[in-house]
Amino acid sequence: MKFTLSEQQEMLKRTARDFLARKCSKKFVKEMEESKTGYSQELWQEMAQLGWLGLAFPEKYGGGNMNFLDLGILLEEMGRVCLPGPFFSTVLLAGLSILDLGTEQQKEEYLPQIAQGKKIFTLALTEPGFCNYQASSIKVKARAENGNYIINGTKLFVPDAHIADYLLCVASTDPENDISIFLIEGEKPGIHCTVLRTLAGDKLCEVILDRVCVPEGYVLGKLNLGWGPVRRIIERAAIGKCCELVGNLQRVLEMTIEYAKQRKQFDRPIGSFQIIQHYCADMATYVDGVRFSTYQAAWMVSRGLPCSREVAIAKAWASQASQQILALAHQIHGAIGVTMEHELHYYTRRAKAAELAFGDATFYRQVLADEIGL
Amino acid sequence: MDFGFSEEQEKFRQEVRQFLEQEIRQGLWEPMCDGWIQGYNPAFTKRVAQRGWIGLTWPKKYGGQGRSHIERLILTEEMLRYGAPAACHWFADRQVGGAILTFGTEELKNEFLPRICRGEAFFGVSMSEPGAGSDLASLQTRAVEDGDYYVINGQKTWTSCAHFAHYFYLVARTDPQAPKHRGISEFVVAADSPGLTRVPMIDITGTEAWNDLFFDNVRIHKKYLIGEKNRGFYQILHQLDFERSGMERLMGNYVLFDSITKFARENKLTRDPLIRHKLAQLHIEFEVGRLLIYRVASVMDDGRAPNWESAMSKAFCTEFEKRVANTAMEILGPYGQLTRTSKFAPIGGLAAHSYLGSRGYSLQGGTTEILKNIVATRGLGLPS
Repeated sequence: MKFTLSEQQEMLKRTARDFLARKCSKKFVKEMEESKTGYSQELWQEMAQLGWLGLAFPEKYGGGNMNFLDLGILLEEMGRVCLPGPFFSTVLLAGLSILDLGTEQQKEEYLPQIAQGKKIFTLALTEPGFCNYQASSIKVKARAENGNYIINGTKLFVPDAHIADYLLCVASTDPENDISIFLIEGEKPGIHCTVLRTLAGDKLCEVILDRVCVPEGYVLGKLNLGWGPVRRIIERAAIGKCCELVGNLQRVLEMTIEYAKQRKQFDRPIGSFQIIQHYCADMATYVDGVRFSTYQAAWMVSRGLPCSREVAIAKAWASQASQQILALAHQIHGAIGVTMEHELHYYTRRAKAAELAFGDATFYRQVLADEIGL
Repeated sequence: MDFGFSEEQEKFRQEVRQFLEQEIRQGLWEPMCDGWIQGYNPAFTKRVAQRGWIGLTWPKKYGGQGRSHIERLILTEEMLRYGAPAACHWFADRQVGGAILTFGTEELKNEFLPRICRGEAFFGVSMSEPGAGSDLASLQTRAVEDGDYYVINGQKTWTSCAHFAHYFYLVARTDPQAPKHRGISEFVVAADSPGLTRVPMIDITGTEAWNDLFFDNVRIHKKYLIGEKNRGFYQILHQLDFERSGMERLMGNYVLFDSITKFARENKLTRDPLIRHKLAQLHIEFEVGRLLIYRVASVMDDGRAPNWESAMSKAFCTEFEKRVANTAMEILGPYGQLTRTSKFAPIGGLAAHSYLGSRGYSLQGGTTEILKNIVATRGLGLPS
């Protein structure tokens, strides 16, 4: 048991913090939220040069040979500054899935393209009406026809689909009704993509697949993988979101403490009032709980250990605690915290989006109940 | 970061489990809530001592094993999981021994530590007074120098384990003129000292769990002063951090937690989504609390005294323990109120007992409010 970072991890964290502090101001975040694409190609290339896009891939695919825990540290720093863009979709949702499930040929082809910042990927998983992350809720169908697959249906809440060069599309394969994942080029005829207007200004999309034709070689790994690998993708994604949340919440805590020390009422800093102190103590306790449960699960993922139970604990707690932390942060900040002038709203909106992504507290309580045989 | 245990640590955990399971199989004791503070069982303590499991982290020359705080945490975690009656050695093992080790003279260490490790010297802790609870520094019990002795006069309350302890760890005022934090000293006092009277306090569960102690010209030899005269308050803070840091703050009523989970499962109550979610929520909070406590042990193994970290873990975890009792009562409905002696009492009446007993968890060893003050000021740097 060790709760501190290794020297190498500390260095990664410091580099990331310095770089992102320079590159990702709130002004930039706002511009990206308002822009069509939601990311900066220039910054994307810089991140590629830093080796971030391939950080967790093996060297032979142009990667940095680091593990999921290291990636988590990077995600934490990205969460800290509310970094917009397709990093999560490309690297975590798609890149790691290709690494996990792809054929050798697919890995050789796609992973270096990701690492070099040449292609943007995403995962098209959820669908209208989809709320329980079970195989039975996948209605998008892939039908075999003359050596190709014809894919039909609608995907919803697909992040960054509007800029993706490739979609990893989870579909039910006729006639077995099993689950397969297809690599679909974003520009294929029959794909209609609409960016949804969301609370966080992130780019979640509706993707309509209308008789999209995918050649046989574009099945990720093998046909009829089943739900198991998809569940693994969801678990990794949930922990990735938790890592982002750790950064978000840590920054919210720091911001709130700074404010409580500096804001004076009744001739004294409000941080000297016991009720404010207790709110801050509660926030710090929630943050540490989210941090440790998140990194426990991330550590297990990086070791390749089964961790459905730990993921459920982390995402349930992160989802619940983040709401409590932000509620307290708003209460302490007072009225300035509910304006667009102040930074807090970026964190509030993103924490809500992260809570809703890849299973919320209710969902993971249910998962945990199953895991521990309730 | 590393969230695993070494092979040796896993082996140690198994060893502790096997020992405890065998004890239960042999009918030597029954698992209980609060066994760490109320489980009086000198024979059990002796058997634990024979395995070298008291003073596990202390140096070998004083009878300890020189092992890590993480390993001690594994040991105490398992003791609590099985509801072992460990009160005879818990306080000496957790904090008094550590205080003697950190601040005591060589003579004190040699006198007490080996006997604690052999399971022969039981300690209670005597800090609070009727007028000094959260504001411990305002304590009034006096210790006045008289030749080679200190003469103690005053009243202590909430003294743990007083009905069987051989010794008390005592804090008293040695300089009434100094500012209140700077006139306090720590002592070891023998329970059979002339002039020392014990009056049991009956707690809300009807248990004789704590005691008032009255000191009427009790003489303590100067060699039983721990550490520096008048520096006691600063030494206490160190000790309180250890007092707050342990797994007993999360698992004091683990036996109830385990029983209600099994009860709900066996009686198919977990088919009710509300009960299912309530229990799952408790299991989530339990794991979060457990990590907060392991973090404290990891801080100690890095050679730092736990500080606001143990205040944080205790504040969080004792609130969890209270929720365990509340949730158990909710699940059991009207049956929850039945005490152990009733033929209708489910899970041995544990819920009713713990519902009442758990009210004290967030008061002992620092109230939740004091602990949050510590996190805010010492941990987060907010102005006091």
